[in-house]
Amino acid sequence: MSKIHVTTTVNGDEVEYLCDPRETLLDCLRDRVGMMGVKEGCGTGDCGACSVTVDGRLVCSCLMLGAEAEGKEIGTIEGMADGDQLHPLQQKFIEHAALQCGICTPGILVAAEALLKKNPDPTETELRYWLAGNLCRCTGYDKIIRAVMDAAADMREAS
Amino acid sequence: MASFANSKDSAKLGGCPDHGDLMNYHTPTSFSDASAIASATSGVTRFLAGGTDVLVQLRSDLVTPDDLIDIKHIEGVKDITQRADGGWDLGVAVAGAEMTEHAALIADWPGLVEGMDLIGSTQVQGRATLVGNLCNGSPAADSVPGMVAAGCTVTVTGPDGSRKVAVEDIPAGPGRTTLQKGELISKVHIPARGENGGDAYLRFIPRTEMDIAVVGCAVNLRIEGDIITEARVVMGAVAPTVVLVNDAATAIIGSTLDETALDALAQAATAACNPIDDKRGTIEFRKDVAGVLAKRAAKIAYGRAKGEAQ
Repeated sequence: MSKIHVTTTVNGDEVEYLCDPRETLLDCLRDRVGMMGVKEGCGTGDCGACSVTVDGRLVCSCLMLGAEAEGKEIGTIEGMADGDQLHPLQQKFIEHAALQCGICTPGILVAAEALLKKNPDPTETELRYWLAGNLCRCTGYDKIIRAVMDAAADMREAS
Repeated sequence: MASFANSKDSAKLGGCPDHGDLMNYHTPTSFSDASAIASATSGVTRFLAGGTDVLVQLRSDLVTPDDLIDIKHIEGVKDITQRADGGWDLGVAVAGAEMTEHAALIADWPGLVEGMDLIGSTQVQGRATLVGNLCNGSPAADSVPGMVAAGCTVTVTGPDGSRKVAVEDIPAGPGRTTLQKGELISKVHIPARGENGGDAYLRFIPRTEMDIAVVGCAVNLRIEGDIITEARVVMGAVAPTVVLVNDAATAIIGSTLDETALDALAQAATAACNPIDDKRGTIEFRKDVAGVLAKRAAKIAYGRAKGEAQ
């Protein structure tokens, strides 16, 4: 089987991998690059667990081929904390207990960070619509929403 | 992190299931090359722009292309350009999110952009495209009624060169288009908005968002004073393809969108429906809702034509 050679950037680091043309970016990130924080939920773009950013744009990595990542800048949950220093969103998720099993959490954090970069002061309605593509089957969504709103407020004060 | 995954051993560990069939991945740099690749192959071909339908079909084994042609390496496919006549040309890989961030495009064609914006989640909006929505061939495609109402055309590039085709002439039925082997859409053309025009798209879904339209309706009209002088009314999800309802347009042209005109509009919209009966909506329900949505969309479009903020 002929493999495609891909050079891309993941969380600021240059990465190369060989992939099958049918292989999704999700599978490449997990199995070839070792980014196990990118989760597979539905695999059909409904649940958002595999959310990553590609050139700053929030996408489902299950709906993109690994081969399409050539020359792109990929952002995953692994790039969110600064060493041991958690990102404010991560810290607030712990404080608000905004997770149970944790499978949806990396995707929700990546999605929430993408929103706050675009709009540092979202309304709760804007936030709920933005995160509508991230499904959580454990907590319900209120704690997640409260954690993001709280983090956004702290980040606005800090900036 | 250096290239720790770049070895043949680690490549063998990949998670892609091997169905024993190959798929060729092409990245042409021109539409004529893309057309030539599609013309030359004897197997199943798919063009890849946003991929939000193609990858789902790939995963579910509904469609396993022999040749997948990624058209995003072609110059201009991500461009939104205003023409000298005031109209817009959209590249075929422009994503929904790029349209909803384009204030001037929204100011001209709010209804068309609304239709696109209703498709899927934030993540899907980051990739999904107008042309993908059109060529996927779903009768319920949310962006298509708005495009038809606006009078959009597309450039179709094929083995014999390029031609312009009205958007309503592309769908042939559920999952089918009129495009021939080797043909693909290479540009979307939106007419100039012009003075005193307005458009709107509404759909009915059982949930608040992220669902497939049970009925959709787009209205585009122009007024002189209070009188409607031009109109296009388009229904989605009520027939095998999107339907341009000339009787519905006739019902409101020449009127001030008074109650009589609105009732005639609703009747014409209902009469144009040839819907399926399924768990998401009965025939009777879809027909009734078609009339209701046509009235509401017309009122919004009329308000916009008058310059009222909506």
